[in-house]
Amino acid sequence: MSGVLGSSIRRREDPALITGSGKYTDDFTLPNMAVAGIVRSPYAHAKVVGIDTRAAAALPGVVAVYTAKDVEASGIPGTIPTAWLLPDIKTPEHPILAKEFVRFSGAAVAVVVAEDRYIAADAMELVEVDYEPLPAVTDPREATQEGAVQIFEEAPNNISFDWELGDEAKAAEAFDHAPRKVELRLRNNRLIPHAIEPRAALADFDESSGKLTLRLTSQNPHVHRLLMSLASVGLPEHKMRIIAPEVGGGFGSKIHHYADEAIVSFCSMQLHRPVKWTATRSETNLTDAHGRDHVSIAELAMDDEGKILGLRATTWAAMGAYISTFAPAVPTYLYGTLLSGQYDIPAIHIHVYGTFTTTAPVDAYRGAGRPEATFLVERLVDLGARECGLDPAEFRRRNFVAPDNFPYQTQVALAYDSGNYEPALDLALDKIGYADLRRQQAERRNGGGKLLGIGLASYIEACGLAPSAVVGSLGAQAGLWESSTVRVHPTGSVTVFTGSSTQGQGHETTFAQIVAEKLGIDMDQVEVVHGDTDQVQFGMGTYGSRSAAVGGSALAEGLDKVIEKGRKIAAHLLEAAEEDVVFEDNNFSVRGVPDSQTGWGDVVLQAYLAHNLPEGIEPGLEFTTFYDPSNFVYPFGTHICVVEIDPETGKVEIARYLAVDDCGNVINPMIVDGQIHGGVVQGIGQALWEECVYDEHGQLLTGTLLDYAIPRAHNLPHLELDRTVTPCPHNPLGVKGIGEAGSIASPAAVTNAVVDALSHLGVRHLDMPLTPEKVWRAIQDSSQEGRS
Amino acid sequence: MRHQIRVEVNGKSHEREVEARQLLVHFLRDELRLTGTNVGCETSLCGACTVWMDGKAVKSCTQLAVQADGCSVTTIEGMKQGDTFHPVQEAFWECHGLQCGYCTPGMIMAAGALLKENPSPSEAEIRQSLKGNLCRCTGYQNIVKAIAHAAQGGAQ
Repeated sequence: MSGVLGSSIRRREDPALITGSGKYTDDFTLPNMAVAGIVRSPYAHAKVVGIDTRAAAALPGVVAVYTAKDVEASGIPGTIPTAWLLPDIKTPEHPILAKEFVRFSGAAVAVVVAEDRYIAADAMELVEVDYEPLPAVTDPREATQEGAVQIFEEAPNNISFDWELGDEAKAAEAFDHAPRKVELRLRNNRLIPHAIEPRAALADFDESSGKLTLRLTSQNPHVHRLLMSLASVGLPEHKMRIIAPEVGGGFGSKIHHYADEAIVSFCSMQLHRPVKWTATRSETNLTDAHGRDHVSIAELAMDDEGKILGLRATTWAAMGAYISTFAPAVPTYLYGTLLSGQYDIPAIHIHVYGTFTTTAPVDAYRGAGRPEATFLVERLVDLGARECGLDPAEFRRRNFVAPDNFPYQTQVALAYDSGNYEPALDLALDKIGYADLRRQQAERRNGGGKLLGIGLASYIEACGLAPSAVVGSLGAQAGLWESSTVRVHPTGSVTVFTGSSTQGQGHETTFAQIVAEKLGIDMDQVEVVHGDTDQVQFGMGTYGSRSAAVGGSALAEGLDKVIEKGRKIAAHLLEAAEEDVVFEDNNFSVRGVPDSQTGWGDVVLQAYLAHNLPEGIEPGLEFTTFYDPSNFVYPFGTHICVVEIDPETGKVEIARYLAVDDCGNVINPMIVDGQIHGGVVQGIGQALWEECVYDEHGQLLTGTLLDYAIPRAHNLPHLELDRTVTPCPHNPLGVKGIGEAGSIASPAAVTNAVVDALSHLGVRHLDMPLTPEKVWRAIQDSSQEGRS
Repeated sequence: MRHQIRVEVNGKSHEREVEARQLLVHFLRDELRLTGTNVGCETSLCGACTVWMDGKAVKSCTQLAVQADGCSVTTIEGMKQGDTFHPVQEAFWECHGLQCGYCTPGMIMAAGALLKENPSPSEAEIRQSLKGNLCRCTGYQNIVKAIAHAAQGGAQ
């Protein structure tokens, strides 16, 4: 069906999900299944002196209670690995159940297996753990200072890695001679991902075959299988099947390998019965890998005309108590490399310390490094504009990479493949009515009442992760290609298998659109299979806005192979030269001979009958493709946020939010818009409300949804969306990623708007979240300064 | 201590002996195997577990099963009539009001309850009515759109 690509076709996923018949991990109940409860450390840092499990084990209905000793005795490897290694990085052992020490509140110490969840909860209360508490440290910079408690002997000053990118001398030179400079000290707030579906795992070890089947809330079942095989569970990959059924949101938090899925697998292997564990919301908050948590000092150097001469920054990035799966990549290759933003910056240097803290691990969360980079750059740019006396839009315009300057080599490793930044800015300014808003702002400042602020964020992201050789040279312990299998059935319908599994992004619909468009068949003739290691060839999963750009490209190339083989068969059947056969509208025909044609069904059937195939052509019609992108993709755009602030209360209201994004060609506009809505709102959450807070003892103060404020419908505006289209030049669909763009742009847009509203009071910067109290205090402080 | 309860769920009567502490949502999910009602937070803050009890939207994670004794409960599985989706279900599909789908059953039950009380709500009223239901995927924009769409279609 041509015209399918680019159409807002409603999702095939939805009938199951709107009727409650879709099955998430916790929805499965297997015969003879037991339920696990994980006993967790109440201390952030402590020595485990002893564990007494006798009372718990004696409770009727309890099947077993295990500790680290039992894991050790079983002989499984029992550790959680790190899959991205930087030079000289310290990755201390992370046992699935704590041995001598616990290093964050929520660390798994013991597991209770019981006949039902209520008995498990009772038994968890009966496990007696004797702790000797130790001091905690929760701030990523303080952790490196003298006097901070040492979390691991092998990591002096709690530094896991010390990483630099760019030319330090060149940046110093730029700063030495720059007439204008600004400095910014900021904290990028720690976030809890909060997929609404808590993590869960259901392990079923079959004794007779020696095979483990694990249903898991996973964004990347094959990666989980690989890591579990190598480091935690230790079964060979062919004896492990991981199924990601419906997954209720991930946002990065379901990429990582957690202790919990290894613990239930261990329990099932010990007991030879299915064992299920489902996190409570409190466990989710304590143990899901958190996001962000940077402390940075950054500077921007400019000439008198507002041309940027250099940017440099030092960042202390919290890693938490252990180095999670992809954690080292986040504040380095997904952050430092983005510090050129949309701008032509001749000198950049970034220095990052990845530091241990006695908190939950930190890893990829929607945007992963790129929101932190965009926030730093876009805050600096606003400060730079102010320093130069320029409007922030004009300052950006003066510094954009020019459209004839692509591909553009940045000073921080990346080469931007394509871009055209000014039209997106202009479209955004025009749609929001920028000049008029500035007039209104001036009037309000003179007239009293609510303060008006206008904030811009012109963002770039590198996504579509990623060229394997490049990421390999940067520390990835895996390739980041994607795979597809296109299986054409003898009657012409098609099943495709993709390594990119979905957690709500609508892959089943989007990928079916690609197949329908390429083959000219109805979408109903296409089935999309994902999320099962026994069905799907290897795959890398869904994260880094990679599914369309990498997974979709793998599929497009596989379809080309199918068409190519079809053409050979058709040429043979039509007794024509292969180069004369064209495939259009689901039909093979000979160019210039309209009557000489054969349908898709005839060719496909012949491929399977194999009664009359050209010489050298194998029967069947199925191709597996491994697509390795040649570059990242670089979506970009400009978002504008308009806020109104009540000076009496400090309350910020978003009056308007406009997003102009360029994600290249669009497969399904409805789905793309949905991704932007969700991303923008997650970023608004970071900017205005969300913050994961630990006290000085490492106790999580935001352990429930009462204390951690995620956005709700009534405190959000209707979002305005538009787009420009600059196709990606290096993948077959011309697509870029869109899953993270919103969350990358909006924290900076909102914060810039709030600071803009207060700028006439002398406010230069405020750290997120911009709560009424924080904003009110800033207003009070500035008015007191004004009086004194 | 166990208690005998009789609950009508989606038009079908169920008699069970349950523990006093069993939550209604676990009764629905574990006893009746109606797994469409999801648990997101166990503290009635996220609304994923919203069902109707005697026609009113309640959070089934903070109701005990024994409290439902003698009541009529409607879950997401009871919304489709034969082959026909409830107008709110249809609107969520039409307007892309869901992504991962985990909050969706609760959203649909909450929206259905709203439209019973207020058949033509304003956007502000729709947003206010969703205060107790969290979605992390959609930014609520298309949920709000879907509910308005269902209202225009004359949802009952």
